[in-house]
Parts: sequence; structure tokens; C-alpha cells
Amino acid sequence: MGKMIFGRFLPGDSIVHKMDPRAKLLFVFIFIVAVFLANNVWSYAVLLAFTFLVMTISKIKLRYLINGLKPVMILLVFTLFIHVFFTKGGAVLVDWKFIEIHEEGLRQGIFISIRFLVLVFMTSILTLTTSPIAITDGMEMLLNPFKKIKLPVHELALMMSIALRFIPTLMDETDKIMKAQMARGSDMTSGPIKDRIKAVVPLLVPLFVSAFKRAEDLATAMEVRGYRGGDGRTRYRQLKWNLRDTLALVVLVLVIGLLVFLRN
Amino acid sequence: MDIELQKVSYSYGVGTPFEKRALFDVDLLIPSGSYQAIIGHTGSGKSTILQHLNALLKPTEGTVRIGSAIIEYKKKPKDLRPVRQKVGIVFQFPEHQLFEETVLKDIMFGPMNFGVDEKEAEERARKMSKLVGLPEEVLEKSPFDLSGGQMRRVAIAGVLAMKPDVIVLDEPTAGLDPRGRKEIMELFYKLYKEQNLTMILVTHSMEDAARYADHIAIMYNGRCVLTGKPLEIFSDATKLAEFRLEVPHIIRFQKRLEARLGFSLPKLCLTEEELAETLAKAVKEREQ
Repeated sequence: MGKMIFGRFLPGDSIVHKMDPRAKLLFVFIFIVAVFLANNVWSYAVLLAFTFLVMTISKIKLRYLINGLKPVMILLVFTLFIHVFFTKGGAVLVDWKFIEIHEEGLRQGIFISIRFLVLVFMTSILTLTTSPIAITDGMEMLLNPFKKIKLPVHELALMMSIALRFIPTLMDETDKIMKAQMARGSDMTSGPIKDRIKAVVPLLVPLFVSAFKRAEDLATAMEVRGYRGGDGRTRYRQLKWNLRDTLALVVLVLVIGLLVFLRN
Repeated sequence: MDIELQKVSYSYGVGTPFEKRALFDVDLLIPSGSYQAIIGHTGSGKSTILQHLNALLKPTEGTVRIGSAIIEYKKKPKDLRPVRQKVGIVFQFPEHQLFEETVLKDIMFGPMNFGVDEKEAEERARKMSKLVGLPEEVLEKSPFDLSGGQMRRVAIAGVLAMKPDVIVLDEPTAGLDPRGRKEIMELFYKLYKEQNLTMILVTHSMEDAARYADHIAIMYNGRCVLTGKPLEIFSDATKLAEFRLEVPHIIRFQKRLEARLGFSLPKLCLTEEELAETLAKAVKEREQ
């Protein structure tokens, strides 16, 4: 359980850690759109190289990313296989009994996998290098213009920060309840699939109960401390846009230029 | 059933940047039939030790022997159920583990996982709920409709119904009122005496450790720094202070009383009752 890294923040002192959260959010958002520009070997190679460059600068170890994203990797391998076996087109590479692998299938499979990998890595780097509070602050500032069309920006940001904040807490809670039920002889890590599914109920019920209780406690705690929404609320943490933030975005634009040049 | 820890070390999150060592070379022998207290300041590694006692955690180094089962890092676990059936753990805030529709079913959950048939499990559940002081009529209620104290009793009954040889208690009285505390602790002590169990109490209450345990182990920064009988442990207040622990109230009280009275009592007392008795005897002797 402790290995999952979704929404986790890994404090550090790399340049990526020090960037303004607004810059990082913009960067990742634009990057996600840009990923879809790639459509041939060279452009995908650029995407991959760029992602690994960002990863190196942020001082996050590849092994750690891969370990922490194992569940996502399973999904990735699954998509890869679906494409390899079921997408038709191009020359037939393997034709053995009922298995037929087409060139196009292999190509599509690999491309989609890289696309997926790059997206997941980049967003993970964002959450790993930015504290949940900073992410929400950045999000709120970026969305501020939408207040004009009555978008509840502050509330959305708050919801998000609460959600992010409670992911590790719920993980710990899951671990604790799982151990308590394991001590009572329930086993969700071995045995036939049917038994394992059954063993999820004793885990989920207490987890939901405690999550609801937690939500209620949190609401009460916020109210007694006088929380009444975003209007007129000043902030303690001020965001500061530096030269490196502008530079990061400039580099991203250059990469996009390269992608546009390379794609066919 | 003996439990023995040999040079046990444990690290959380091995292979991640969050890796943190929680136990360092812990040696501890808990003989069958003893009442062992494990005490320590917050973050001393008490809870980590506890999870080794029925193989919820595997030591990253060293060996844990539970009866005849040997738990080591490298060894692939076979079926751990026999071990877990023999060592029941009452976790901190055990009421958080309740999930069934009725109290009765929840108590039956443990035994049925260990292969006890439904009739026998129900019988045990009824017996255990009586033992922990639950009124008959709550058995058909949802556990979530009960008060906190009653929920805890249900959870405890759920562990007892597994008929373990060893019961591990993790701060069993946390969050209870003084009366509830005493009732629960007395209940466990009675069980210990009557059924010849092995008890392991993980706590930071010096008073409970002094009153009930016959052996105490002190944890400090992930190491087991001191073991001994309660009297040995609690007679040295300066040493305890080193490990950020205090002697029980009753011993401090006795010291102050002796200073005020101008004479020492023949022995150090670990409970209020013992002190009262010793004091009465001493006063009577001096009067004669």
C-alpha cells in the first residue's frame, strides 16, 4: 500500500520543486495537449526524451516512478496487448494458429503505450514535486478569470486540495483495516478469486464509514474556525513568478515547435 | 506458545525515498503464559513490534518465531492462518474494524474464517459477548448503532471468539472513560488468569503495566532498551527518564509519602491496594 505514489508529494530541492505551481500546471496542461501532436517514431522519441529530461532535472528516480505506478503499468500492458492482437492493417508479422499480429497493430500499441506512459510520468512528476497546497493555490489563481462566468473557483480548489490531502490518510487507513481483518483470518492476498472478492467487503465497509466520519469532522472543524468560503479571504502564501518559470514554458514551446516540424 | 524475536530489524517502504527504519536488532522472548507489557514513548516502535507478533509484518532482518512457525524476510509465507488464529490482536480503536450487519455476525467473522462451522461460531459469539458484558439484545443490532464503548466490546469479543492462545493488546483502553478502562483491563486480566493465556500489552500507561504485567520491555527509538520485572524497572526513575518515561503515579506518591512520614515502607508498591495494605501494616507495627 505504501508504495503507491498517486497524489503523493516528495519534498526536495530541485529546480522543478522550486518552480511556481502556476508555471508547472500550465506546463503540464500544455504538454498533455502537445502529446497528441506526435504521430511518428521521431516525434514520439522527442516526447520520451523530453519526459526523461524533466524527470532527471526533478531528481526523481525512474525506479521509484515505475514501482509506484505499477497498477497503471498493468493497464498500460493491457492496452498494448489489445492493440497488438486486435488492430488490423499493414503487413502481417505473425500468423500462428488463431493469433495474427499486424504491423499497424504493433505500431499503434507501442505509440499508445508511450503516449500513456509520458502522460502518467509527467503528471506524477507534477504531484511529486509540488505540495498539494501549492497545486491548489496555483489552480485557483489560474482559474480566477472564470469567476466572471460564475464558476465556483475557490470551492473547486478547496475540494481538490481536500481530496489530495486525504489520499495518503485513506491509504494508511486501508492498510490498518486490512491488517485488522487479516488478523481475524480474512485473506485478500491469496486464495481463489471468489474468496478474495468476498474479502473486500470487510475492508470497504469500515473504510467508507471512517471516510464519512472524517468528512463530517473536517466540516465541523472548518466551521468552528470561521470558514465561510473564498470571498474576501486573503492568502498567507504568495506565489512568485520567476525567470525560470518563463524559461520552462519557452523550452516547452520550442519542443512543441520541434514536434510540429517532425510530425507528418 | 512462546514468541521469540531474534535480532529483528524492520524498515518501512524499502526501496522508496520514504524508507524509514523502525526497529533495530530487537531481541525479545515472550514465554508461554506470561503477561508481557511493551511500553515506550510515541514513535518508539511499539506498534511495529506488535505487527510482527502474528506475521502481519515480516522482519527485514532477523527472525520471529511464533510457536513452531518461523517468519523470515526471505521465506515465502505459506498459509499464515494457523499462526493468526493462535495470536489474536486487539488493535488500537478496534471498533474501526466492524463491518457486518449485526453484532452477532461480526463476532462470528473471525472464527468462521478459521474454519469453525456456523453453529459453533454462533455459540462462541454468544458466550464471548456475555463475557465482555454485552447485553443479549444488542446481538441483533447493527454494530454502527452502538455506543463507542459497546463497539469496542464487540470488537474485543470478535477477537476472543477466535480462541487464541496469545492475545496482543494495543492500547486497548485508548479513548475510554476511567470506568470503561478499568472494566476492560480487569476483563483481560481475568481471562489471562482463568484460561492460561499469554498476554502482550502494548501501552504507554505505566499504571496498567505496573498493575497487570509480570514482565516489561521498554522500547526507545526502535530499540528494546530494557527488560525486567515491574519492580526492577520502576525502581529506577532516572533510567526511565532517559527513555522519556515516568514511573507510575503510585510510586511517585509513595516516595512523597515516605518523605513526609520520615520513614520508608518495607517495599515498593505497584498498586493502590498494595500500598494501602503495606501502609496499614507499617503503621500498626510502629504503634506497637
